[in-house]
Amino acid sequence: MTGRLRIAVHKFASCDGCQIQFLNLEQDLLTLASRAEIAHFAEASSVMQPGPYDVSFVEGSISTSADLQRIQEIRAASRLLITIGACATAGGLQALRNWKNHDEFVRAIYARSEYIDSLARSTPVSEHVKVDAELWGCPIDQQQLKRVLSDVLARIAPRIPGESVCLECKRAGHVCVLVAGDVPCLGPVTRTGCGALCPRYERDCYGCFGPQEDGNTRALGRRFREMGLSDADIVRRLRFINGWAPAFRAGAQVWEK
Amino acid sequence: MPVAGLLKRGQLDVLIQTLRARGYRVVGPRVKGGAIVYDEVSRADELPVGLVSVQQPGRYRLEDSANGRLFDYVHGPESLKRFLFAPQETLWTVAQNGEVSFKETLPEQRPLAVIGARACDLAGMEVQDRTFLKSQYNDFSDPYYATRRENLFIVAVNCTRSAATCFCASMNTGPRAREGYDIALTELEDSFLVEAGSAAGAAVLAELPLQPAREMETTQAAQAIEAAARSQTRRLDTTDIQALLFNNLEHPRWDDVAERCLSCANCTMVCPTCFCHRETDVASLDGKQSEHQRQWDSCFTLEHSYIHGAQIRPQIRQRYRQWLTHKLASWIEQFGVSGCVGCGRCITWCPTGIDLIEEVNAIRAQPEAKT
Repeated sequence: MTGRLRIAVHKFASCDGCQIQFLNLEQDLLTLASRAEIAHFAEASSVMQPGPYDVSFVEGSISTSADLQRIQEIRAASRLLITIGACATAGGLQALRNWKNHDEFVRAIYARSEYIDSLARSTPVSEHVKVDAELWGCPIDQQQLKRVLSDVLARIAPRIPGESVCLECKRAGHVCVLVAGDVPCLGPVTRTGCGALCPRYERDCYGCFGPQEDGNTRALGRRFREMGLSDADIVRRLRFINGWAPAFRAGAQVWEK
Repeated sequence: MPVAGLLKRGQLDVLIQTLRARGYRVVGPRVKGGAIVYDEVSRADELPVGLVSVQQPGRYRLEDSANGRLFDYVHGPESLKRFLFAPQETLWTVAQNGEVSFKETLPEQRPLAVIGARACDLAGMEVQDRTFLKSQYNDFSDPYYATRRENLFIVAVNCTRSAATCFCASMNTGPRAREGYDIALTELEDSFLVEAGSAAGAAVLAELPLQPAREMETTQAAQAIEAAARSQTRRLDTTDIQALLFNNLEHPRWDDVAERCLSCANCTMVCPTCFCHRETDVASLDGKQSEHQRQWDSCFTLEHSYIHGAQIRPQIRQRYRQWLTHKLASWIEQFGVSGCVGCGRCITWCPTGIDLIEEVNAIRAQPEAKT
């Protein structure tokens, strides 16, 4: 791979917040544009060029039958495919429907449900095609995005840490809200990357960066139980923005009646 | 070192101002997020008054004892580690502007005085010295650590109170500060018994309004420290600990603790001796410059045990075992001293309250039969 990289940013079922993180790079976006060709980025430009792409960033979950087809086409047209955000990486908040009756929702909400092309489950891109790297977060973190972009530009494998939020808290000198305040913080089982944003303000982490690489959600659930959370409370904590991610899914399942 | 004298509690500010006048940035105990942390102190009346820490496995609370004492809190999550082995720092930078140039980014030579270090913290520092400074255990000095070490002035406090998670007495590291301090304070009724531990410490004490200490005060101080030692309910039995742990590497207790361990790495972050770190390069988007950074890592992260395409410790059980056996056993082989100083921080700050003493005791109570 020599010369300028061809980069694409694609959107599936999502709120566009992760694409906005791209746009909010501002000055850095110009630097990126000087080193790479941004061939397709609907949120940024109406000029959308077809593949092949060297790197495709994918926002959003697979939520319609059209999505199923399009993600295959994008994969086939992309040398590297990197998901951005909770939706593309774990199915997103909209994956809450995966535990409910999808057809009932459609009938209850839409006057003419036959026009609705929606799958019963919202799923991450990795359930459908090979994914080369995953940027977690709701939304993704700009510093992490910049590191991944500079890795990609340097033609090295993107480095995305998988450890818990706790390491970041301790490095930064934030006092543990769980130990010092009995607050049901998900930090110990959540992936780093946000800069420990919530604990910095003495708030509990709510897991928007998804599960850490090998945490123990079952043991943290037991700790929450000791702190007085009900079984349903524990399920709700884990089954949120990244509820469909396997570790959070399994951790919630333990407490489900 | 001989006792230098008594300093009235109300005159502690003179010590702080003397240090500041000598060019030290002074840090001491402050309250943040419900715990004692180290932060900048410019006046003695900024120090928390009358607080005690109530520590249990997985739980920390500050309570007001309303007794006006300054150092009964014992300790918080932070030790001296962060002042010497920085949580994150840039080791060097490289720039490409026609030619490639490297620049070392050593920390600035800025004197730092820390007030409130405990015996366990000093012991932890002495253990880390063996990792980062040239010695019989180590062929090289880390210049980043060494620079900060040379610029560190320590006002230690002998503990006259122990937390429930403390076990320094059984590790022979406290509660009296043994060495490594410049000044040591022991808090009495309304004054501090003051001792110098170095020439730099003696020079600072010469500027303080000290009164002579009578035998009564030195006896009171010794008794208070002794009482703190006796009040410790936890003790780690280190008898034959290397053989005990290495003969029990497949003990079912490792599976049991793995059920409770979150693999969150908090124990290693708060440990005053854990030194594991990673080094990464952070390049600018324009590709013209890059920073080589070092930051605290932990044996609980998967990346830490990633070698040539494989995780060598993919299970929590293996990572906890690696931590405990290194801390308590192979550390002795590596550095001639235990990696545990008995501060109990890993017990207090473990979100699920895992107590390493209980883990060792469980193995000791029912060791695996050797075939």
